Formats: sequence, C-alpha cells, structure tokens
Amino acid sequence: MMWSSPFVTQATSVSQIMLRVLLALIPGIAMYVWFFGPAVLVSITLASITALATEAAMLKLRNRPLKPFLTDNSALITAWLLALSLPALAPWWLVVVGTAFAIAVSKHLYGGLGNNPFNPAMIGYAVLIISFPAHMTHWLTPHGLGGIELSFAQQLDYIFGGILPSGLTLDALTMATPLDTLKTQLHLGLSVGDIREMPIYGRLAGHGSEMVAIAYAIGGIYLLYTRVINWLIPTTYLVTLFVIAGIFHLADPVHYAAPLFHWFAGAAMLGAFFIFTDPVGGSTTFRGRIIYAAGAALITFLIRTFGSFPDGVAFAALLMNICVPLIDIWTQPKVFGKKGGGK
Amino acid sequence: MRTLDHFHGGIHPAEHKLESSELPSRIAPLPSLLILPLHQHIGAGAKVQVQAGDHVLKGQLLASAQGMVSAAIHAPTSGTVTAVQPHTVPHPSQLPGLCVHIEPDGKDQWIDHAPLEYRAIPKSELLAKLREAGIVGLGGATFPTHVKYSLATDQRIQTLVINGAECEPWITTDDRLMRERAAEIVRGIEVLRHLAEPAETLIGIEDNKPQAIAAMRAACAGSDIEIVTIPTLYPSGGEKQLIKILTGKEVPSGGRPTGIGVACSNVATAYAIHRFVDHGEPLISRQMTVTGNVRTPQNIEVLIGTPLEELVRLAEPLPGATGYILGGPMMGVHIDDLRLPVVKGSNCIIVKSAKLFPPAEPAMPCIRCARCAAACPADLQPQELHWFSKARDFGKTQEYSLFDCIECGACAYVCPSHIPLVQYFRFAKSEIWQRERETQAAEIARERHEFRMERIEREKREKAERLALKEKAATAAKPAAPIAAPVMINPDADPDDTLQMRIDAAMTRAKEQAATAQPRNTENLTPQQQAKVAEIEARRAKFSELASNAGADDESSKKS
Amino acid sequence: MISALWVMVGISLLLGAVLGYSAIKFKVEGNPLVEKIDAVLPQTQCGQCGFPGCKPYAEAIAKGEADINKCPPGGEDGIRKLAELLGVDYKPFGEGAGPKAKAVAFIDEQTCIGCTLCLQACPVDAIAGAAKQMHTIIASECTGCELCVAPCPVDCISMVGLPESIQTWKWPYPVYALAQPQTPTREMPKS
Repeated sequence: MMWSSPFVTQATSVSQIMLRVLLALIPGIAMYVWFFGPAVLVSITLASITALATEAAMLKLRNRPLKPFLTDNSALITAWLLALSLPALAPWWLVVVGTAFAIAVSKHLYGGLGNNPFNPAMIGYAVLIISFPAHMTHWLTPHGLGGIELSFAQQLDYIFGGILPSGLTLDALTMATPLDTLKTQLHLGLSVGDIREMPIYGRLAGHGSEMVAIAYAIGGIYLLYTRVINWLIPTTYLVTLFVIAGIFHLADPVHYAAPLFHWFAGAAMLGAFFIFTDPVGGSTTFRGRIIYAAGAALITFLIRTFGSFPDGVAFAALLMNICVPLIDIWTQPKVFGKKGGGK
Repeated sequence: MRTLDHFHGGIHPAEHKLESSELPSRIAPLPSLLILPLHQHIGAGAKVQVQAGDHVLKGQLLASAQGMVSAAIHAPTSGTVTAVQPHTVPHPSQLPGLCVHIEPDGKDQWIDHAPLEYRAIPKSELLAKLREAGIVGLGGATFPTHVKYSLATDQRIQTLVINGAECEPWITTDDRLMRERAAEIVRGIEVLRHLAEPAETLIGIEDNKPQAIAAMRAACAGSDIEIVTIPTLYPSGGEKQLIKILTGKEVPSGGRPTGIGVACSNVATAYAIHRFVDHGEPLISRQMTVTGNVRTPQNIEVLIGTPLEELVRLAEPLPGATGYILGGPMMGVHIDDLRLPVVKGSNCIIVKSAKLFPPAEPAMPCIRCARCAAACPADLQPQELHWFSKARDFGKTQEYSLFDCIECGACAYVCPSHIPLVQYFRFAKSEIWQRERETQAAEIARERHEFRMERIEREKREKAERLALKEKAATAAKPAAPIAAPVMINPDADPDDTLQMRIDAAMTRAKEQAATAQPRNTENLTPQQQAKVAEIEARRAKFSELASNAGADDESSKKS
Repeated sequence: MISALWVMVGISLLLGAVLGYSAIKFKVEGNPLVEKIDAVLPQTQCGQCGFPGCKPYAEAIAKGEADINKCPPGGEDGIRKLAELLGVDYKPFGEGAGPKAKAVAFIDEQTCIGCTLCLQACPVDAIAGAAKQMHTIIASECTGCELCVAPCPVDCISMVGLPESIQTWKWPYPVYALAQPQTPTREMPKS
C-alpha cells in the first residue's frame, strides 16, 4: 500500500461542518415557528425526505456509494435552506418539486457534492419562483398582528390537500412580504416613512420576520465562532449592503428604505451567513471573496429596489456563482517568494 | 527584543513531544550489520571506493563525493565489507539502491584522525574537507553543507540562521541535542560563522522547548549569537519559513537563501561540523528519536547504516505496530520494512499503531472550503492545484506554482474531505519531471537523427563525387554503382557486394557456432513473439521502401 | 438607408484593408505547425506510424493526411497533446496498437558477428561499433524503436525493459475507492 505524508489529520470532516450549519439554523427555525406556526416544520421535513431520497436515487444512478454521501449532511442543508426560503404555507408538491430539482439537476447533474457551480437551494428557489410565482407569495401573517391563525391540523390540511377551513380564502390568511409591500406601496406614491408605519412592520423591518433574521444572525455568529464559515463573506456582504442602502437612503429617504431595514428584511441575514458562505460555488481567494460578497450585496439591493422580484438574495447568489471562476482567476494571491523580488 | 515576522497559514498539530523529550539520549550499541546507501544526500550519489572482502576502519572512506553537489560516505565502525549490492533504501518508492554492507568486527577501531585547525587553512580547503567528511544538512533535506557555504565572490551573508525550530510533531532530536550538547553546537556554529562571516547569527527555537532555549542561551552567553524564541506553529522549521520569521525576507521562488544574503543550517548539522573539526570525525552517526508505539520513547545516537530494526528494538516496541514512519508524521515516509538502514537524513522513527495513527479516512470530494489555502505556508491555492493535478492538467499546476509547494502537509492536515493533497502534488511533480526527462530525451534523439540524416546525405554526395571522378579517369566503361547505397559508419568500408559476402560467411560461421554452442534466445518463440517480429519486419520493409523512395526522389531532383 | 449602406461599405473596406495589411505584416515563414507537431512527437524515429521518422509524420499530420493516434511511443498523453495543439478531438489508439513499456535494445555480444546492419538501421546512431567488430547499444541514447531488431541476421538484438529506479520512480495517482469512479481517468478522453 502506498502512503503519502501527512499521516495525521484534523478531526473535522465535511459531515461535521455541514452538521454545524444545520445546528446554526435552529434558532432561526424556532423563531419562524413562533411567528408563523409549525407549518414550516412540515416543509423542512418534506424537503429533507425529498432531498435524501433524490440524493440516494441520483447516487445509485451515478453508481456512487450511498453511505458517505447520504451522511455528509449536504443534501439536508439544501433542503433546509430551500424550505426556509419558501412561504410556510406552501403546498407539499411545491416543496418536493423544488427540492428534487435542486438535488437532481443543480447538484448531481453537475457532478455531485463539491462540483455544483450554483447553490442548489437557490436554484430550487429560482425555479419555483419562475414556474409558480403565485404560490410563492402566500406568506402567512405573523403571530401577534391579530390576523387569523390556522391550527397545525388546518395547516396540514392545506399543505397536503389544498383544503382551507370553510369561509376562509388564502388571501385572508396571507399577506405580501414586508419587502413586497414596500415596493407596491412606493409605487402607489407613499413615502418609506408612511409605509413603515403600517402594522406589518416592526422596529427594524417586518414584524416577526425581523426576529427570524436576528435569530439567523445569532446562528451565523455561532458559525463564525466555530470557524465553520469564513468571516470575510458575511462581513463584506452586510457592510456593502449597508453602505449602498445608506447612500440611497441619505440621498432620498422618502423613496429608499434605511440600511437596517435591508439587513433585517427578507433573506439578507440568511444569505449573509448561510447562502453566500456556501463554499462550493463561492470564491476561495481573499480578494475574490470581497468581490463576490460585495457583488452579491449590490445585486441584492438592485433587485430589491428596482427589480420585479420581491427579494434579490437568491438571484444575487446565482449571478455571483457564475462569476466565481473568473473572480478566482483574477484574484490569485501572490505565492511565497514571488512577491516583487522578495521584499 | 527582535520583532518577528510571520508566514502565511500554518497549523497546530498535536505535539507529542513530551513522550520522548524527557529521557536523556543514549548511545546505541554496535549493530550486527551496517548498510550504507551510496545516495544519502541531495545531488549525485557517492562513488564507491571499496569492494566486498575489504577490511575497513571506523571513519574510513567508503565512497567519495562525485561532482560538486555530492558528499562522501564513511565506515561507521571497523569491520569487513561483505557486499556492495542493492538494498532497499529509505525512500517512498521502497526500491533498492546500491549499498555498502559492513559486518562490524566489534573492535570499533578508528582510522587515523585528528582535529582540524580550520582557521589556519583557506576557506576553500575547509569546504573541500567538509565535502570529504560527508557533512550534509541534517534537518532532513540533506543538502551538502559545503555547497551551501560555497559563496560567490560577490555574495555576502547578512544573517546566519541556525534552525532549532523542530516544528514537526513527535520529533525531539534537536531539542535533546540542544539541551545536552549546547556548547558543542555553538562550536560548530563558529565554523559556519567563519565560513559565512555573517553580520548577525540567529538561532530560531520554538517556544515549546524552554529547556533547549535556556541551554543554548547559556552556551551563547558572551557571544553575539542571538537566541530567538519563535511561536510554535508548524511549519516554522521549514527553511524558507524560518528565514521569513527571523529576518522578514522571502527566499525567492526557485532561489536559494544565499541569494538574499541568508545562510541556514540545522543545529544537528552544526553539531556534526563540531565533531569533524574538533575531533576529526566524519559524519558517521546522528541522533534519532524513536517514538510512537514503544515502551520507552527516547533519543538515541546511532551509527549511520544501522538497520532500523535494531534501533527500534532499543525502545522496546509494543504489540500492535501497523507500520512505521521514517521522519515526522507531517513529512515523513511510510515504511513497512524495518530492515532499512538509518541514513544521514533520518531524524525520527515512529512506530505506528491503530490508536496513535488511525487509518486515513476515505476521501470525499473537495468542497472548495479553502481551509487548505488558509493553512498553506507558501500562499498557494491547494484546492486549485488539487483540481488540476487530479485532471492531470500539469501545465495548469505549474501556472499555479506547484513547484513552490514544500510538501509540508498542512493542507492535507486541515482538509475536511481528507483528500491526500500532498500525494496529488507529489504525483503531479513526478509526472512533470518525467515529461521533462522525456522531452530532453526526445530533443537529443531529434538532434542525433538530424545529424545522422545530414551525414547520410553528405556521404552519398561524397560517394557520387568519387564515382564521377572515377568515371572521368577511367575510359573503360564500368557499370555504375547503385545510387542509393547503404551507408556505413566506416567510410572506408567495402562496397556492398563484398559486404554481403562477408555477412554471409560470418552468418555461416555464427550458425555453426550456434549449433555447437548454447541455444539462441530467438528459438522456441511464442506465437506472440513471432507476430511481433513479423510486425517489425513489415514495418521495416515499408520504412525502407519509403526511405528509398524519398532518397530516389532526392537523387532525381538533384540530378535534374 | 443610403448612408447606412455607405457606412457598412466603409467599415468593410477598412477591415479588409487591416486584414490585408496584417496578412503581409505578420506573415509567418514556413510552416510552424510542423515544427510544433514535431516537438510533441517523442522522436523515437521508429516508423510505427507508417512514416519514415517523426518529422515526416508531423508533416503528414499538418497536411491532414495522417491521424493523430498513430504514435504508440508518444502514448495517450501524446495524442492528447496533439489533439489540443490541432484543436481536434482526442482519438484513442486502434485495436492492439497501444503504447508498450519503455525498453532499450540489447546486443548479445556473444552472438554478434559485427555486420553493421543494425548500425545502418539505427535512426539515432545509438549503436557503437564497426565492421567485424562487436556492436554495443549506447543505452542512454536508445529510443527503443526496435528498428535494429529485424535487420540483425543472427538475431542477437533483444529489447530489454527499463527497470524502475529511484530516480525515475513516480508517485502514483492517489486512488481511493470512495469518491472516485472505479474506471481510471486515463481512459476518459478529456473533454
């Protein structure tokens, strides 16, 4: 048997890293359940089962061993991220189609773990929002706004059977997201200040969803602390988003929301700590990561402010994923002993 | 206090140094057999000067350095040369190399030797003597010391760096040596200072060796040698990394430290130099750590050439050995066979067990987490190099500075996918080297072929001219010789027909000879071999046909 | 409409002039492609491609008269390099025409009659000797083309495989069962 040094390795493994990411999502999920009911747990479970089943089927088709890849937890991350990006009251087939597409097409057709150029969860999201835009807007009214809240049994009825309690329509139960509302109301001529007075908004961004974002950030800080993710991407992303939003807000506070609103609305926090930090499709060099995260922040802001989609995080991730090979080539660091004649 | 620089990356593997660092080192008893490979250093192998049956004395020259980058090999004890034959040598390939085998006579009788008054002789002579004494860098790379200190006339050494970092886990030889022989090391350093005339001399020692630091401080008291404590961080003992830490200078890619005014030697090398100048002893022994799955891990002074078996036995191996590492766990070589000898570059032997060194976990695909890039002390992008090595895109690996990789193993250590990155890089490097060898061979073959074609052309021309002259001179009509005549090495050889006759005669002779003598290797051919011969014949026929056509074309064009 | 036409015509003229100028200015003497192809070929001069030597084969490839998979000594890497150089698809060796292990010729000096026929066959003058004298292969110059084997009237030349030495040993490609397909990547043409 041929052996090459080194003969010792650090204990961390891919599956541990992925497991930590899953753990870090738990505070966010807990907040989600508190404000929007347990329906999201059903989505996560559905997505997880679909992801593992699709992963197993694809591995079988590609003649790869099942065990190491099913236990690497990467499919679960895709499943969870996708489930968290969907409206909680999504019909079961929406979750299944999105997850299956993410795993089968955007992950395995590109070569499986480590070879997917795009973030699979975001591909799943993009496919769904383009194919089924109507179903992607049914966001439940958060707890504490005095809206009608369905029981868990009623939620299950809708998810699996499409049946709503008699006398209720989907429109009565759901509402547009804070980002969406902002966009529509601005079009109607209201100022940001007026819009923010509406009950769906909280202190920072959307009522309820801002707390979910804070919980994501807490999970992200755990990931930073355990060095699962590199600090550069979340920092650059958030700072750039803050600066761009801040410039627009300072120039025209009537039409542009405050930077903190951008931080805590939509999927910005989820993106900063969980989506853009996905290493596979991300840049690997120092300067590359700055460009990658800053670009993502710019695209997020542009789509949110000027685009027709409610949030820009998914498309920011995908668009920057495309640029990564080029960014990496551009930003190769200087090698030891090749730094301008060695000082 | 000196302000220290730092290198990029680095890792903190578990040190495992206390196991072996607390026992005083001992001297190994005389082994039953010594095996001395002729190639124990970087550069050309030594040229053997003894033969089987010779009786040699301790310190006697066995093989002399050949070429500039080479070093001599000496008999580690007195005894009889039993053989000069190949034996497996400590190398990852586990292939054999030529070795001198000595059976000790137990007398350990020295050859005449005397201390060297090195300040009284010219430096060039001192360097030549170091070459003859077989002194090479003992830190692991075994670069001949005399080459390192052969400075060009315009080269000035600003800093002499003495490497006492010993950053690899498990190894404690330099630690023990500095604790026990600090004064002797400093004597050796003085020789290096004499050679390099540096403005400053720095000894870099990692801060996990406080006793070695104290001992060296005490030994250097009153001299202007400075002991610099550096933070423990693998691979700070790498030559380029240590120089960067101590001086802030980066050895240019592909360059040598002397190019930036720095010379760097290991403490063990300094000690070996002391043994040579103060006692007249060539390099015949060294300190080695024996550790791992043994009862008493310790450091042992051992003769070069001692079978590792006998060395490991001194530390009482425990049951459950799963192999051995020669060197440290980060950069060492895995060996299964303990009959290999200790060589000049051996600093440690680790007995593996399943508990201390669990088998490598299966490798997962790279997820581009770039932890390897963060750990790389050469600022490389191992994840990209891995990608290209795996795809055998060797041009790209070179674009991404594959050859600046020092194979320290930091990348593979941190890889969460457990990819054997270093092996990928070694694979790519050796493939590139082979391609270079092939390109060179092809280049030589092309030149020789072109030269041959030219020569054939010239001979043809000369022959034609001679014929023309002959025709002019002789009025009698004579049949012209065939134009496309075969060409001989000997221009004065006979014409073809006579040659053919001679060949025929020789063939009959040979046939007679063969009939009476041993059978030829072409009899009893297997069908495959026959097919092969037939194929070659066919190709040759076509070849000569094409060649003669081409030749005829040439001829006709020339005539017209 | 007319002005647009004029603009188009003007642009075409201008570009045509630039192209014409550069064709003259940057004209390349000779056919560098042949040199480039020749540089990839292993220079064994063995004729296994059916051409008398590497250069003729290179010329034939350049003219498009020969396939790129006719050079066993160059190995699959050689084909790959040619494919890359010429911008064509990789093409595997035909049935039974793959590369052989590296070998050098060896003359059994007991049997050699000193006929010089092998000297004439050797494309790189790697055989030393003269008429009626023993011949010897200069192993370091031998390209292993086997052209000397057939001409020998007493069959005293054999091909001897080169043993692996520490100097020529190569680190093996890391193979691990888990994440890799079991088929070696060498068999898969690079896309």
